[in-house]
Amino acid sequence: MAIKNQITIHLQSHSENVAIARVTAAAFAAQIDFTLNEIEEIKVAVSEAISNAIIHGYEEGKGQINFIMNLYEGKIEYIIEDKGRGIEDIALARQASYSSDPERMGLGFVFMESFMDELEISSEVNKGTKVRMAKKILRNIGH
Amino acid sequence: MKLTTFLKRGVLIVRVEGELDMHVTHDFRQQVDLALESSNAKHILFNLETVTFIDSSGLGVILGRYKKICAVGGNVLIAHVQPQVLQIFELSGLLKIIKIYNSEAQALESI
Repeated sequence: MAIKNQITIHLQSHSENVAIARVTAAAFAAQIDFTLNEIEEIKVAVSEAISNAIIHGYEEGKGQINFIMNLYEGKIEYIIEDKGRGIEDIALARQASYSSDPERMGLGFVFMESFMDELEISSEVNKGTKVRMAKKILRNIGH
Repeated sequence: MKLTTFLKRGVLIVRVEGELDMHVTHDFRQQVDLALESSNAKHILFNLETVTFIDSSGLGVILGRYKKICAVGGNVLIAHVQPQVLQIFELSGLLKIIKIYNSEAQALESI
């Protein structure tokens, strides 16, 4: 499938960048006729993936996050990559009740799954994690 | 994020403004806990009228305060929720344990 538009940004693992990433994701999605609600859903999904990279991937330390946004004919795709700690058991991490922090409900993946149409997680311990998620475009592309 | 806290009828009212994500969770948690300790309030009422974004990090702080308050027999109430924030509350199951009110006055009446 041909990519119609693409933006890649490299973010340092700072909590300030979570808001910058989700606003950029929303701006990238705004070229398509998404509803406001769909844009909000994308913002939450991206916020969760970037937060995971900072909190779990780099354990709030230094690191680089690659954030790739791709626009295809029928979908918009967001890829979030870190070179951090990795996830040992992806199936376990995806469970709603799972969290390494008692104040978090482990809802990050649940939100990504609910708000996006595709979610793929690949990870290797001490190598990093890649989250690829996409939302279908049900209407015509505006350009 | 900006917080305003004050005591009304023994309830700590917390008016929150801005976006609740991991960048603000530390301050959000600390400021609410500090206000809770210094006021000796039994209940918390979060007014989220000007909260435009929340994700699982922000939600975690609210849930954490709920657990803390419940452990000492208090209650957490929420007033004025924007549609995008409500959607997150619904999906998370938070609405099963915390009630949402249309206004601060309405929430205070329920106590």
